[in-house]
Amino acid sequence: MHIVVCIKQVPDSAQIRVHPVTNTIMRQGVPTIINPYDIFALEEALRLRDTYGGEVTVLTMGPPMAEDALRKTLGYGADRAVLLTDRYFAGSDTLATSFALSQAIAKVGETFGTPDIVFTGKQTIDGDTAQVGPGIAKRLDLMQLTYVAKIPSVDLAAREIKVERRCEGGTQMLKSRLPCLITMLEGTNEIRRGSLEDALYAARSQVLKWSAADAGIDDLTRCGLRGSPTVVKRVFAPTARAEKAALIDTPERNLRDLADELIAAILTRGPALEQELAFNGGE
Amino acid sequence: MSSANREAPRPASGRAGTKKELPDHFKDYRHVWVFIELERGQVHPVSFELLGEGRKLADKLGVELAGIVLGPPGETTQSAVTEAFAYGADLVYNVEAPLLADYRNEPFTKAMTDLVDAHKPEILLLGATTLGRDLAGSVATTLKTGLTADCTELDVDTDGSLAATRPTFGGSLLCTIYTLNYRPQMATVRPRVMPMPRRMDKPVGRVIRHQLSVAEDDIVTKVLGFLPDSQSGKANLAYADVVVAGGLGLGAAENLQLVKDLARAIGAEHGCSRPLVQKGWLSADRQIGQTGKTIRPKLYIAAGISGAIQHRVGVEGADLIVAINTDPKAPIFDFAHLGIVTDAIRFLPALTEAFTRRLSPHSRDKLAS
Ligand SMILES: Cc1cc2nc3c(=O)[nH]c(=O)nc-3n(C[C@H](O)[C@H](O)[C@H](O)COP(=O)(O)OP(=O)(O)OC[C@H]3O[C@@H](n4cnc5c(N)ncnc54)[C@H](O)[C@@H]3O)c2cc1C
Ligand SMILES: Nc1ncnc2c1ncn2[C@@H]1O[C@H](COP(=O)(O)O)[C@@H](O)[C@H]1O
Repeated sequence: MHIVVCIKQVPDSAQIRVHPVTNTIMRQGVPTIINPYDIFALEEALRLRDTYGGEVTVLTMGPPMAEDALRKTLGYGADRAVLLTDRYFAGSDTLATSFALSQAIAKVGETFGTPDIVFTGKQTIDGDTAQVGPGIAKRLDLMQLTYVAKIPSVDLAAREIKVERRCEGGTQMLKSRLPCLITMLEGTNEIRRGSLEDALYAARSQVLKWSAADAGIDDLTRCGLRGSPTVVKRVFAPTARAEKAALIDTPERNLRDLADELIAAILTRGPALEQELAFNGGE
Repeated sequence: MSSANREAPRPASGRAGTKKELPDHFKDYRHVWVFIELERGQVHPVSFELLGEGRKLADKLGVELAGIVLGPPGETTQSAVTEAFAYGADLVYNVEAPLLADYRNEPFTKAMTDLVDAHKPEILLLGATTLGRDLAGSVATTLKTGLTADCTELDVDTDGSLAATRPTFGGSLLCTIYTLNYRPQMATVRPRVMPMPRRMDKPVGRVIRHQLSVAEDDIVTKVLGFLPDSQSGKANLAYADVVVAGGLGLGAAENLQLVKDLARAIGAEHGCSRPLVQKGWLSADRQIGQTGKTIRPKLYIAAGISGAIQHRVGVEGADLIVAINTDPKAPIFDFAHLGIVTDAIRFLPALTEAFTRRLSPHSRDKLAS
């Protein structure tokens, strides 16, 4: 079985600061991480490989420094890593990203064997659209299985796969066909510790670096900014609320009085709440 | 799914990113559409919230608002049609077919893209639910158009294009996005981000029916079964009127009980900040914030939560926000309405007790009458 996992290197957004005057993002020195959601996709792919045999190829589109993220996945046990990097990809939105990635996946297929499954994470923490996966599925005509929580079985001979898919209010049990694209739900597995062997493998392996041309992309008008139907017109900081919270005075007061005072303040601001709470509160 | 390879015409020249030059064949794309999400007999309330937004956009543009109802033949689908009118639609496009009973990507994408090709809307809105996100991505890719996900604000520009605003970079910034040279302009919005419009009793208006152009045999993916979430453990946080949540300030998993006790006493749902989910103290469906649920309760009580931007964006729609935090400089006091600087672990039991004292006579009155 050949599995391709798409991962993205993202800024650790917990550490992103916005310049107070210019309102731009201060990226300098912000550490990058593998998009946390993609780790679940990677682990699931590794598990399937361990069970059914085969290879895992990890793919990312990004700047040259995204090589670090790929090398890390080799350390977890991925068999090969491909970095799709070219200045033509700058400014890609989801449509252009899924175009470039699907072209690269096709090339990976030609070179190393057609993938049976392509994994993506549920979403990225910087783009956060959850649309790149479905975009790839549509372009490569793969069965689209999103929000997958579990993969009970894969039948390679019959080209069949069963998955449990989370949806509003429950879980769907689905049977579908290979090849398929799976977006893996978070919290569904735990990434392994790479073995020493994997660490050595990661250290001595080459990350394959492909330009647009290497990936067989001829139509550059479909890449990057030019290939992106959406345009970011304005970036701005959220407006702060003018007034701060009214604080209840606390010194030297017993908890019971404080609690009563807070409730009184709540009900003064929201008189209708009394009904709400009383009604709900009935045992 | 041969449509996957269909080539949409590209704009004549120039960078899509810099110039507006809507190609002629897109110029007759008009009207605002809202996808009405019907699953297992229920319309997801986000569809009504979107009809409210769609109404405003349609009025500004001077065009019609249409609801798109896809479902199995029968009463539930027809009542979804009725509801679409009650929440503001001028007309409804309706596709009824047995294989639309359970959501699957293939038939829904086909139904939706066929409708768009036939009737050419300029704006198409969907809920950013699991279903809506699954569908929106493949519809946008099939149509080769732009999609702005998880918008928090929708507006039309002076020249009539959709201005879709969404958080970016983990919520620290907002950005406004346009789909300049392609149609329809697609956007998704998360449940509870937009207010629920008032329901009006309106007669069912114009309904345009379409046939589904695929048969069950054409559909690869089969639904083997559906396992509903157990009612008891199920959190309906997004739509709760009162929510109590705890954060890392609670210090230990056991102290979450204090939050649950208060929630139970006032009939609230309980929730938490993200680190508690990461620690395994609560399940992911209890997480409030950018990567969890957006809530819009009448009352939100946050205990031991600092109020990071990713948390804030999920709770700002609450009518009344009350914060309990030991640190008077905690950012949560910047957006809470009421605050108390005190130890939540000691204060929560007192608050539960005080609420119980205050509320129980009422409850008894109600039961007696
Ligand atoms: C991409 C991304 C997405 C994210 N999505 C979300 C999300 O959806 N939801 C979310 O919540 N977070 C999210 N986060 C995390 C977010 O940035 C914060 O780290 C998180 O909200 C902090 O949780 P907290 O307030 O519980 O903990 P802390 O920030 O550690 O705050 C604890 C607070 O408790 C107070 N405290 C301590 N002891 C007491 C006491 N005894 N009584 C009362 N108060 C006390 C402290 O003063 C402090 O203010 C996200 C982060 C990233 C990077
Ligand atoms: N530049 C990229 N390179 C590789 N994979 C990506 C890239 N962008 C997005 N993805 C994949 O698509 C998923 C969804 O991303 P998004 O649509 O940005 O939320 C991610 O979890 C990744 O698996």
